[in-house]
Amino acid sequence: MKSALILFPGTNRERDMAAALKRAGGRDPAIVWHGETSLPDADLIVLPGGFSFGDYLRSGAIAARSPIMPEVIKRAQAGALVLGVCNGFQALCEVGLLPGVLMRNTSLKFVCREVKLEIVNAQTPFTRAYRAGQVIRCPVAHHDGNYFADAATLDRLGGEDCVVFRYAEGTNPNGSQRDIAGIINAGGNVLGLMPHPENLTEAAQGGTDGLPLFQSIASGFMERAA
Amino acid sequence: MTIPITPELVEDHGLKPDEYQRILDLIGREPTLTELGIFSAMWNEHCSYKSSKKWLRTLPTTGDVVVQGPGENAGIVDIGDGLVAVFKMESHNHPSYIEPYQGAATGVGGILRDVFTMGARPIAALNALRFGEPEHPRTKHLVAGVVAGIGGYGNSFGVPTVGGEVNFHRCYNGNCLVNAFALGIAKRDAIFYSKAEGVGLPVVYLGAKTGRDGVGGATMASAEFDHRIEEKRPTVQVGDPFTEKRLLEACLELMATGAVVAIQDMGAAGLTCSAVEMGAKGDLGILLDLDKVPTREVGMSAYEMMLSESQERMLMVLRPEKHAAAEAVFTKWGLDFADVGRTTDDLRFRIQRHGDEVANLPIKDLGDEAPEYDRPWAEPAVPHALDADAMGEPGDLAEALLTLLGSPDLSSRRWVWEQYDHLIQGNTVQRPGGDAAVVRIDGMDKALALSLDVTPRYVDADPFEGGKQAVAECWRNLTAVGATPLAVTDNLNFGNPERPNVMGQFVRAIQGIGEACRALNFPVVSGNVSLYNETHGEAILPTPAIGGVGLIADWRQGATLAFKAPDEAILLAGAPAEGGTWLGQSIYLRDMLGREDGAPPPVDLAHEKRVGDFVRTAIAENLATAAHDLSDGGLAVALAEMAMASGIGAAVELPASSHHAAQWFGEDQGRYLLTAQTGDQQSLLERAAAADVSLMEIGTTGGDRLALPGAPALSVAELKSRHESWFPRFMA
Repeated sequence: MKSALILFPGTNRERDMAAALKRAGGRDPAIVWHGETSLPDADLIVLPGGFSFGDYLRSGAIAARSPIMPEVIKRAQAGALVLGVCNGFQALCEVGLLPGVLMRNTSLKFVCREVKLEIVNAQTPFTRAYRAGQVIRCPVAHHDGNYFADAATLDRLGGEDCVVFRYAEGTNPNGSQRDIAGIINAGGNVLGLMPHPENLTEAAQGGTDGLPLFQSIASGFMERAA
Repeated sequence: MTIPITPELVEDHGLKPDEYQRILDLIGREPTLTELGIFSAMWNEHCSYKSSKKWLRTLPTTGDVVVQGPGENAGIVDIGDGLVAVFKMESHNHPSYIEPYQGAATGVGGILRDVFTMGARPIAALNALRFGEPEHPRTKHLVAGVVAGIGGYGNSFGVPTVGGEVNFHRCYNGNCLVNAFALGIAKRDAIFYSKAEGVGLPVVYLGAKTGRDGVGGATMASAEFDHRIEEKRPTVQVGDPFTEKRLLEACLELMATGAVVAIQDMGAAGLTCSAVEMGAKGDLGILLDLDKVPTREVGMSAYEMMLSESQERMLMVLRPEKHAAAEAVFTKWGLDFADVGRTTDDLRFRIQRHGDEVANLPIKDLGDEAPEYDRPWAEPAVPHALDADAMGEPGDLAEALLTLLGSPDLSSRRWVWEQYDHLIQGNTVQRPGGDAAVVRIDGMDKALALSLDVTPRYVDADPFEGGKQAVAECWRNLTAVGATPLAVTDNLNFGNPERPNVMGQFVRAIQGIGEACRALNFPVVSGNVSLYNETHGEAILPTPAIGGVGLIADWRQGATLAFKAPDEAILLAGAPAEGGTWLGQSIYLRDMLGREDGAPPPVDLAHEKRVGDFVRTAIAENLATAAHDLSDGGLAVALAEMAMASGIGAAVELPASSHHAAQWFGEDQGRYLLTAQTGDQQSLLERAAAADVSLMEIGTTGGDRLALPGAPALSVAELKSRHESWFPRFMA
């Protein structure tokens, strides 16, 4: 699996993400600086977590206007897999690849804890190694993870199986509407989620519940290559 | 316009008349205002350690693993495989009291820079926080601001904040403590120092622009607080973690190019301290042209520029042939890069502004030859040990335990550490809430254990024993997770050293720290002294925080405090026959009986070492399935913590004694709880006997209740609910 990881100034979970990608897919991702205007050949484009540009305007807002983003949009529209985690999810919403917005947590505080996630849709290229309805452990670490969209959008997301992850068992840490933790676009190739599956992919991290997400992606490409 | 140097102006700069006379003698003329500012910055307590140096020298600072002891930006220990751990702790007390968010945030920023200026990538941060009593009107505001500030900076920068301490006491009502610790990893052959080398080399300014924030901050940190405190707000700096993150990446990239001769971050007294440090250490002069310094405000005077504490800045001596490559790195990261001066051979610190020379001072006298005092000190009066018979008994053991678990000092700190990203970088093996945090070295099996400790009420009662205890407890916490303790950094927070009783606390605490560090082979490799922690003449409790680092060869071999399974034996190591005996200065005495008297528990360092070495071996050989050190609240609280961490209950007994309170809540030192699988406890008991370590089997794990003798069994759920509820309720 060839992946490209976009690096913005202020991105800070790129190493965690790269380690998880390598663990599942066997290869280091290509690191692409936000100021570039072209992407290498890649099956997967990842926008990792962090505080791009300090999150000083709105989370992900300046990243969404980086020189590399038109290229990311073009690839996404051509069907490449795009994964945005945390700040990456915020940027995907800002750039319009995903609907809705991530507002400040209802607690108004940063929250880092483990939550429970229900795999709502296990038919996506990102979740095929899970079972629908399965509940996994997963860490969150964010200040702006409160997913908001208007009722019509929320209804459509639900109706089109675009909600991929929901906070389960009363563990919604941020006030997200309808417990939404991660969504996919209608085309089924752009996934954004607030939790950090990359931080639960090996025993030293206390568990591997996040690993199947990366294995789903990797095995998809191995099958395609075969 | 020339500003006349009046005695009032000298006093406003925190310089005493004899210190000013020393300046006059040194330079043979009246200083300019800029020069006065520079002397004030270099000779204040915060930068010069003038009251503490004499005593700091008595600490043990060498050892097999020590690569760099005190005197650099941070201490360095060898952790094998060509790697070193670079760490230090530093206070940001006064700024945090004035403006808690920014004060704490910039404290974190400063300590991170101390670590990465040496070429190390930060992998862990911790913090030791002390606030006034919960009822004090300012306490909640300070807790909220300080915690948000630490999180706001560390989370954005991208370092996991994995542990620390939070305590409350009325002596901190007017002077909270914010001690920030950071640790980074570097290659042993790629460590960077501040010592300049080579004449005529460019001095380059890196990072953020210079503004007027923080002008005079170090002088503020060297004075007591009074009613004019609100006027000091402008001396607090503003942090920008986004710039710091870029500065980290840019510096590490720059260092890899081989362009750096010497590098120093700009902390207290910014440009002044960093330039003097580089020159004085390298026996070189420094010439700066302030017109070339990037500024974010117009019309800044030389005085303001030299004393600005704007954050996220560095100064470096550059190899001229690498100039273009170095500048390209900083341009890429969107940071300033400016040639602002050069090294000289005249040992002078010369400053130019608008073509005029506004300062010309002897650089060595500013730096390593700053004044030093042998301040008078009084031997502290140490209270007698309390008579256990006079102490009374807990009406209900169970009720006392629930009360203590839900008390301000012993309740869960989850409300705090959930605001810190403690998982970023993906190497956090033990999260907050255990005896020590454990962080794996990226890509390796080995891990480091980290713990910050001090029990200020012990130090207040007996500075010498309290100093020993702070070190011993830190060593014990590292041991309890299975680590071999390597070295410490210290953050010595005290009141006004010009008062002999405060100076006496300082001297005796350092002697205690030194004795324990020598006995436990636990050298001091870096540290920070924060004096003048007083408001309206009332000093804080003496608080010498110890930050310890230990090594675990393979993270899988570490221990945690949670019970692992039902039907395991619970063993108490290092305890006297009754289990516990010492209530003087205990949490039980203070919070249940309203007394803060008696001598604190003494630390027998030979015993400490023997017991700790036994426990570490038991963990390494997989004989102990869980381990936990006993500290505040004694045996009962430690058992409850092991139960809460696992959801598994326990039934325990102790030998008969007429002093139940002391048995269950006494704070005798050098004790641990272990668990072992059936069959292994015999082997442990034999090994303990052979090692001359007391080890007694006191119970069995199992069920979902904690049953102490003669008291109703408590459900683990109820323990948890008490333990978890105080902090969120307090902060609501």
